[in-house]
Amino acid sequence: MEYEAIIGMEVHAQLLTRSKMFCACAADYAAAPPNTRVCPVCLGMPGTLPVINRRAVEFVVMTGLALHCRIADHSRFARKNYHYPDLPKGYQISQYELPLCSDGYLEIEVDGRVKRIGIERVHLEEDTAKLIHTGEHSLIDANRAGVPLMEIVSAPDLRTGEEARQYLTRLRTILRYLGVSSGNMEEGSMRCEVNISLRPAGTDVRGTKVEVKNLNSFRSVKQAIEYETERQRRLLESGERVVQVTMGWDEARGRTVLQRVKESADDYRYFPEPDLPPLELSREWVERIRASLPELPEARRERFVRDYGLSAYDAGVLTADRDVADFFEAVAGLGGDAKGAANWITGEIFRLMNARGLEMSQMPIRPAQLCELMGLIREGVITTTIAKDVLGYMVDTGDSPGAIVQQRGLAQVRDAAALEAVARQVIADNPDAVAQYLAGKEQVLKFLVGQMMRATKGQANPTLAAEILKALLAQGR
Amino acid sequence: MPLSLQQVEHIAELAKLALTDEEKERYRLQLSAILEYADMLQRLDLDGVPPMSHAVALTNITRPDEPAASSPRDEILANAPDHKDGLIRVRPILE
Repeated sequence: MEYEAIIGMEVHAQLLTRSKMFCACAADYAAAPPNTRVCPVCLGMPGTLPVINRRAVEFVVMTGLALHCRIADHSRFARKNYHYPDLPKGYQISQYELPLCSDGYLEIEVDGRVKRIGIERVHLEEDTAKLIHTGEHSLIDANRAGVPLMEIVSAPDLRTGEEARQYLTRLRTILRYLGVSSGNMEEGSMRCEVNISLRPAGTDVRGTKVEVKNLNSFRSVKQAIEYETERQRRLLESGERVVQVTMGWDEARGRTVLQRVKESADDYRYFPEPDLPPLELSREWVERIRASLPELPEARRERFVRDYGLSAYDAGVLTADRDVADFFEAVAGLGGDAKGAANWITGEIFRLMNARGLEMSQMPIRPAQLCELMGLIREGVITTTIAKDVLGYMVDTGDSPGAIVQQRGLAQVRDAAALEAVARQVIADNPDAVAQYLAGKEQVLKFLVGQMMRATKGQANPTLAAEILKALLAQGR
Repeated sequence: MPLSLQQVEHIAELAKLALTDEEKERYRLQLSAILEYADMLQRLDLDGVPPMSHAVALTNITRPDEPAASSPRDEILANAPDHKDGLIRVRPILE
């Protein structure tokens, strides 16, 4: 029997507010010593009262609007009760019946077709403390407790690991464009859980759901889903049944591992948070937030195609990261050739970023410098091959391309006499190629020009080199 | 509908309370009386009355996103059962 996987995703993203969700402790705890971003409110000491961070609410509404959600007129917080040492209060303030946003969607592309993935809800809650297990004891750092956390729940519309990976990638791009979350999975500011069940393809049977946690990279999301789908398929095919469990992803071993058997539904006894009055989201407030939205990746992609004549593919690649898109537009705005800039960015600059493990924001290349580099090629000062080397030096030194070309003597050799000497040597060294050329196989000229470029370490002007070769070879006919 | 003993035990488990048999029975009766009262409220005709979650008619009580100083760590740790290297120490949690 053929099975299909029914996959839903829950994404938690820490919000980039300056202070915590319900108190004024600083929200950025990355460099803070343990338990130094803590106060009686986020520890839930008796007699304290939480107060809602207005900016956090606005960030969630921004996200909801970007995901085409319905924004609630009335919304409120709820208490989710459970005991665990990462929860100082003994409950987490979350949302239950009246989330801020619901019923939206995010579009992905499957086999060249647009597929809409439903967003069931986007709500606001608080993060938990960090636990460190030593074996003998558990240690608690409450700096993270109370950091604003947004939960984005998809409908079970995803079918494959690749679809899930793409959904997550696009979601992160949107969050970064909005500036509401860093979306950094490695550092845990964006976390993801998936629910997977299998059913006979084409039916609407409800399979048993398995939850997979501990997914901290895009790759692990895809791999975990593929692994888990296969595991369940084998179980079903051998006549066994899938048990409702929570699994963890073991990145090192590339497999899901049983974390906990769910015998009954979790009993969190949600009730409206008595310490927080409800929220009324007036139309004016929501419209003000809507007006503050930046241009989103989809719109920007379409504009890049329209205004700069880029292919949909290139426009998609450039707009996937807001910093990259900004860099491209800065180059184009300086009068740089837009298509050329797109090629340089998606080619050499991405290659250098990968090789050195740098993000666009960490690259020392300024838009004006890429313009200058492209200018040097256009004016024939350097060849494209040399320009690639120059770009590497630019990343290493932060120097301008003009300065690098001068310091390192990389300008093209346009001296006809010098090139003629090189051409004679190439002709002498490659009698077979010369014979082929003379026999009428003219494309061999490219090979000979290549040899000249090699002999001059890429500094020969290729057009001039070809002309000189042709002239010399014509004499030999 | 009075609560069953099993329900009381379930609630105690969720609240991490260890109850004696005598306490279970006492709380069973007390909690049942509270639920009975809630049952009475359930029977009221409330058609056309909007649901409410809070007794005080406040909305949109928010604060600006401005950080301020946190508490001194010594004060925080003074309330902890135990601590080590600035971290609160508790019994091991089995994952």
